[in-house]
Amino acid sequence: MNSQQTQVPAVEFRNVSFSVPGTSAPIISNLNVTVERGETLVLLGESGCGKTTTLRLVNRLLLPTSGDVLVEGVSTRTWDPIQLRRRTGYVIQEAGLFPHFTVERNISLVPELEGWDKTRIRERVRELLDLVGLDAKQFATRAPGELSGGQRQRVGVARALAGEPSLLLLDEPFGALDPLTRAGLQKEFAALIRRLKKTVIFVTHDVREALMLGTRIGLMRLGQLALLETPDGFLSSSDESARAYLETIQLSHV
Amino acid sequence: MRLWHFFIENRSEVFALIAEHLWLVFLSTSIAVAIGLPIGILLTRYARFRGPVLGIANIMQTVPSLALFGFLIPLPFIGGIGARTAIVALVLYALLPIIRNTVTGILGVDANVREAAVAMGMTDIQILWQVELPLAMAVILTGIRVAVVINVGVATIAAVVGAGGLGTYIFRGLRQYDNTLILAGAVPAALMALAADFLLGRLERRFDFGARQKRDRKRARTWRIVWITAVLLMVFGTFAAWQAKLFSGKESPPNTAARIVVGSKDFTESVILAEILAQALESRGVVVEKQFELGGNLCHDALVGGRIDFYPEYTGTAYTAILKHSPITDTREVYEVVRKEYAEKFNVEVSSPLGFSNDFAILVRGADARRLNLKTISDAVPHARDWRAGFGQDFISRADGYPGFKQAYGFEFSTKPREMDLALTYRALATNNVDIIAGNSTDGLIAALDLVQLSDDRHYFPPYQAVILMRKDALGRSPLVREAMDSLSNSISTEEMRRLNHEVDGKKRTPKDVAREWLQGRVAK
Repeated sequence: MNSQQTQVPAVEFRNVSFSVPGTSAPIISNLNVTVERGETLVLLGESGCGKTTTLRLVNRLLLPTSGDVLVEGVSTRTWDPIQLRRRTGYVIQEAGLFPHFTVERNISLVPELEGWDKTRIRERVRELLDLVGLDAKQFATRAPGELSGGQRQRVGVARALAGEPSLLLLDEPFGALDPLTRAGLQKEFAALIRRLKKTVIFVTHDVREALMLGTRIGLMRLGQLALLETPDGFLSSSDESARAYLETIQLSHV
Repeated sequence: MRLWHFFIENRSEVFALIAEHLWLVFLSTSIAVAIGLPIGILLTRYARFRGPVLGIANIMQTVPSLALFGFLIPLPFIGGIGARTAIVALVLYALLPIIRNTVTGILGVDANVREAAVAMGMTDIQILWQVELPLAMAVILTGIRVAVVINVGVATIAAVVGAGGLGTYIFRGLRQYDNTLILAGAVPAALMALAADFLLGRLERRFDFGARQKRDRKRARTWRIVWITAVLLMVFGTFAAWQAKLFSGKESPPNTAARIVVGSKDFTESVILAEILAQALESRGVVVEKQFELGGNLCHDALVGGRIDFYPEYTGTAYTAILKHSPITDTREVYEVVRKEYAEKFNVEVSSPLGFSNDFAILVRGADARRLNLKTISDAVPHARDWRAGFGQDFISRADGYPGFKQAYGFEFSTKPREMDLALTYRALATNNVDIIAGNSTDGLIAALDLVQLSDDRHYFPPYQAVILMRKDALGRSPLVREAMDSLSNSISTEEMRRLNHEVDGKKRTPKDVAREWLQGRVAK
C-alpha cells in the first residue's frame, strides 16, 4: 500500500486546457506534465504564457476547461477544494498577509482552521519563524505593516508551510523584492526546500532563480510546455528561447 | 444665557427629550445595521442585484422626510403615529449609506489578501468573518457614521408624527415665535451629531490597518470606547423608553375606567384644547394617552385608523379639507353636514360646538393698518401690488384658502405669495419680511405682536367652529367619557381662547398648566 502510494506522482497534468469562457484563445492548451514527489519544478516564461494559471489549476483556484489535473492521483474535480487547499502551501508575489492579524496569527491560520491545539500551534509558529530566519520574540506580535518586503515574504513562506503541506506552490514569491534581498532569500529558500523534501512548483521569469532552485525547469510558451529539462540539460539546450534566456544572464555577467 | 436658564429650569424635560432622541437614533441605526449589513454582504456575492438594490436605497433617501412620514402613516403595522413610524422612516434613511459602504468596503479588500485566504482553504463564511468584514470595517463604520448623523437630523422632524425627541422643541419654538425653544431643540441635536461623528470617527480609525500601529493596545482601547458608548446609549435608551412609556403597563388602569387616546394637531390652540379634553377625562378617572402635535392631516388619518379616539377640529376644515365640499358661509349648515357625513363615512361623532370659532384671519401690521386706515380686506386690495404675502402651506393649498380668496377680493400681488410654515408667517410679518398673512383669529400672537385682523367684508371665509371629533366606539367605553365631553359644550369664547393661546405663546407657559388653570376656574364658578 505504502509503496504503491509513493509511486503515485505528486501532481500530474493530463491533456489540460484552460480558457476563459467567452474568449477564443486558450490560456493553457493541452498541457501534459508530471511532477514527482520531492522534486522542484520551476515554470519559467514571460508574462502571459500561462504559468500562473497552471499553478492555480493545481489547488483548484481554477478548474480546467478540459483534461484533468491529478493531485496525489485524484482529479482536482473530485477533491474537496477546502481539503486540497489546506494541504497545499501557496505563496504569491505580494505575500497576501492579512494586515489585521499579527505575524503569529497569520502563520497559525491553517493550523487553527485544522483545529490543532494551542500549544502545538505556538510551537509550530516559533519553529517556522526560526526556519525562515526571523526572531520569534521580535516578530511574532508585529503587524505585517511593520515589516519590510523581505520579512513579509519570509512570513508568507512560513504561513504556507504551517499546515505541514506536502505540496508547495509559489508564484514569483521574490519578484517584488530588491535584488540584494532577493538573492539572499533565493539562497536560503534553496537550502530550505532541499532540507524539507517537499514537492514544489515554482513560477518565475528569472532564469537564474530557475537554475538555482529547480530540479527540472519547464519553459512555457503560449500555454504550452516548450521545453522540460534538468538545469544541466537547460544550460546545454539548443532551444531558441532557452538560449535567449541564458544570454540575459551572460550579458549581466559582463 | 436665556437658553442656559431654559435648560436649568426644564432640565428633566430636556433630558427626557434628549434621551428620546438618542433612543430613536440608536434603535433605528441598530435596525438599519441589522438589515443593511446582510444585504450589503449578499450584494457582494450576487453582483447582478447590486445596481437595482442600491438604486432603490438611493431613491429612498431622496424622498423628503416629511413626505416619507406622510406615506407611512396610513400603512398597517409599520405606519401610524408615534415612535414606530419615525423609526421605520429613520431606518429607511440609514439603509443607503450602510449598504453602500458595506459593498464598497468588502469589494475594496486587497485582491491578494482575498486570494491568499481562498488558497489557504478558508470557507466563504470564514473569509467573510475573519478577513473581509474586519478589513472592510473602517469603510462600513464610515457608512454607519453618515447614517447616524443623517438620522440625528431627520429625527428632529419625527416630532410631527408624535415620536417626540428634540424636534418637539424646534416645532414648538417655531409655532410660539420663540428662539430660545428652537435653540433648545437645535443645539443639543447639533451637539449630538457632532459627538456621534467624533466618537464613530475615533472608532473607525482603529480599523485602519494600513498604518503601522501598536495593535493590541489600540484594540483594547477600541473595545473600551465601543463598550462605553454602547452602555451610555443603553442607559439613555432605557430611560427614554421609560419616559416614552414604551414599556407601558407601569400604570395599570383602574378597573372601572376606560382608556382613551387623545390627539391634537401641531399648533398651540389644538394642543390646549386637547389638553383640556384630556384633563377633563382624567378628572373623571379615565386613563388618557396623549398623541399630540401631529402634523398636516395626520389627526384625521389617525382617527379614522383608530390610532387616536378624539381630537379637536374645526367644522370648516372638516367640511372642505376632509369632506371636500366647496366652501360655504352658513355656520349652521356646515356644522350639520359635517355631523351627518362624519357619522356615515367614518363612524365618528361630532361634539356640540365648544363655543368659539377659529376663522382664517387676514392680518397686517398694526402700524400699516393705522397709517393706511385699513379696516376690511377690501381696504387692503389697492395696496396689494406693493405688498408681499406670506401664507402657510394649508392656506395656499386648501379649497377655501388662497385661490378662492384671491378671486373673491380681486387681489393682485406683484410677486407670488411666499409659502411657508404658518408659525413663521407671524414672525415674517412682524419683522417686515412680508406685509400680509393669513393667520388664525384666535391666535395669541395677534395681540402680542401688534397685528390687526382685517374683517372679511365679502364673507368669503367659511366658519371654523371648534368641535371635538370622537370615535363612536370610544364614546361607548364608559358613560364618563360622554359626560366629560358634554361638560365642554359651549364653554370657551373666542376672547377666552385668544387669552389661553397667549398664555402659551406669549407667556411661554405650558399648555398643561394653562388647561389645568382654566378647568379649575370653571369648577370654582
